[in-house]
Amino acid sequence: MTMQTETAAGNFRLSMLISDTRYRSYTFQLVAMVLLFGSVGYLISNLIFNLETAGLSISYEFLGEPAGYDINQRLIEYNSQSSHWRASVVGVLNTLLVAVVGCFFATIFGVIAGVLRLSNNWIVAKIMAGYVEIFRNVPVLIWILIINAIFLVSLPQPKAFKSRGGNPPEAEMFLDAFAFTGRGIYMPKPVLQGGGLLVVGVFFLSIVAMFLYRRHARNLLYSQGKDLPTFWPSVGILFAPAILLYALMAFTSELPIVLEYPALKGFNFKGGIWARGSFVALTFALAIYTGAFIAENVRAGILAISKGQTEAAASLGIRPNRIMSLVILPQALRVIIPPMISNYLNLTKNSSLAIAVGYMDITGTLGGITLNQTGRAIEAILLLMAFYLLISLSISAIMNVYNKSVAIKER
Amino acid sequence: MKKSVIISALTIAGLTAGAALAGTMDDVKARGKLNCGVTTGLVGFASPDANGEWEGFDVGVCRAVAAAVLGDASAVEFVPTTGKTRFTALASGEIDMLARNTTWTFSRDVDLKFEFTGVNYYDGQGFMVPKDLGVGSASDLDGATVCIQTGTTTELNLADFFRSNNISYEPVPIETNSEAMQQYLAGACDVYTTDASGLAASRATFEDPDAHVVLPEIISKEPLGPLVRHGDNNWGDVVRWTLNALITAEELGVTSANIGEMSNGTNNPEINRLLGTEGTLGEMLGLDAEWAKRAISVGGNYGELFEANIGVNTPIGIARGLNSQWTDGGLIYSPPFR
Repeated sequence: MTMQTETAAGNFRLSMLISDTRYRSYTFQLVAMVLLFGSVGYLISNLIFNLETAGLSISYEFLGEPAGYDINQRLIEYNSQSSHWRASVVGVLNTLLVAVVGCFFATIFGVIAGVLRLSNNWIVAKIMAGYVEIFRNVPVLIWILIINAIFLVSLPQPKAFKSRGGNPPEAEMFLDAFAFTGRGIYMPKPVLQGGGLLVVGVFFLSIVAMFLYRRHARNLLYSQGKDLPTFWPSVGILFAPAILLYALMAFTSELPIVLEYPALKGFNFKGGIWARGSFVALTFALAIYTGAFIAENVRAGILAISKGQTEAAASLGIRPNRIMSLVILPQALRVIIPPMISNYLNLTKNSSLAIAVGYMDITGTLGGITLNQTGRAIEAILLLMAFYLLISLSISAIMNVYNKSVAIKER
Repeated sequence: MKKSVIISALTIAGLTAGAALAGTMDDVKARGKLNCGVTTGLVGFASPDANGEWEGFDVGVCRAVAAAVLGDASAVEFVPTTGKTRFTALASGEIDMLARNTTWTFSRDVDLKFEFTGVNYYDGQGFMVPKDLGVGSASDLDGATVCIQTGTTTELNLADFFRSNNISYEPVPIETNSEAMQQYLAGACDVYTTDASGLAASRATFEDPDAHVVLPEIISKEPLGPLVRHGDNNWGDVVRWTLNALITAEELGVTSANIGEMSNGTNNPEINRLLGTEGTLGEMLGLDAEWAKRAISVGGNYGELFEANIGVNTPIGIARGLNSQWTDGGLIYSPPFR
């Protein structure tokens, strides 16, 4: 154990920058930083130089010009005379829609598959293992194309729902409200009339009230040991106020919420909500693909909990599915959540393959049509990258908040 | 100290090498190959045959340029480009010219900084529907689902047409022609719209071409032609006058059959100037005197290229129509070789 002798401050020599371990790390870091900035600066100056030579310039004015193209699926108002910026916003909302719906279903598929793969039933475990292996090992673009082709070919086209030449229609609407076609799923749309907004508001308040009641019941249990019933009162609090208000309005004035049904007119169904085939295929393919990865993460998390926990819980007389939900899963979530964050990010970024099935996400509008029509490749790609970076950082920030809240707090 | 001198010298050398812009023609000659951007696969215009050899109307133009500049019609590297990648490929220098049935428009010429070197096909946008849809005119297409290739003038024209007629439609965006055909045949869209020549080319590949009809309305002008980058006028001249040589050859009656005897000298001074037996036209371009003779010998003159690739005797079956010579009432017209 040699003690490092402290040299007096006045004995500093230039060669100590490399030889003295105290300063060596700073020296190397400084050199690395200079090299990094130097190479990045060289690349940027090269780019600017080449652009000037070619007579091109970087400008974002194209965002204000009319786009000139139509987008089929959009969550906000848009027509072909709207600006490129608005088209990008439509693309952003489409990407977020796919990301949210896809992550939701991917989690469901993944958790179910992961837990079932650990079941004692040999057939179920093998089926889930097959699902995971098949869906993980084929590239996601191929799954998107396959699932889209399956939907396209197996479901009937809208014109099959018409009776032609005196023959009855080849396909019928499900419950006279839903139509499953190769172009998408047509569903009835709830339309808010009059007091509809009030009913929706009351429903949201009921959700809050239900959570408050359950928290109150839990606090009461921990503090006083009193066991309040939770299931039926929760259901009651959740649904009763909204239903009562709905019935009241229906009897006194008009129905607050009515359903608009899709009906076949001309080439397509009109009315109702149309979940287009490209959206359904893309979301389903992404959810199933990412679900396979999440299944493995869930399985890893559960297996990471020592077997002693299961055995101790069983010796207390807890039933197997309550062992899983009350003892194992809460602990396993600490192991599951960090890799699940990266799976969510993967799903969001994989949604950029949407143009392969004709779904206009941000890569399709900004990085595709806008880029092509205006020729502003560098500006569009930079904006696209900034957007994906922003989304990914937001998703991981949100999940890290949850992660921190369940981390084991050290005393 | 020495190392920093070497590194800075290298950097300066690198920057100045970029500054000395070699002309595209010198690049092509040095490389020994012409990089020609074409479409990914449109039968009749540019598609690989069973052996992987590219053939088509646009391919013929590229091979003519290669023969004129390099003397070898097979010294061409065909780079398939989609609607999205074609302009960045040309602007970045990945390809020397783009012969991809691209429409000559104001914004592409001015804003994207390209130079269109002529028109090799005057086209217009049309619609194709299955016959059993029972539609006879484009104005009956209210509410229809339309398959449309993204990033093209077709898309913008479609939006304008439906907007000005106050009818609505549902666009299904697709990237390539083959994807469009697959969706159209599967019934995912009621209508396919692209240039009328593309519609004819696609319909020729269907199993039952007669079950599909091209609607009579042509809703736009689509002058299709090859293009090059701004900034190299000499190269633009080479490509432009190669195309003009093919057109003039048909006008003056020079075909691949008689080009051999015509290059020995004829009574027509313009043929002599074209084929190099008189005048110094080749030298003005920076090429030798037989540049046009080589270009025409590859696939014949404009008319022969047309007939061989997209003419009435091919499955595509397009009549000359607007693309006849001006002497026959069409729009194909080359400036004189003088």
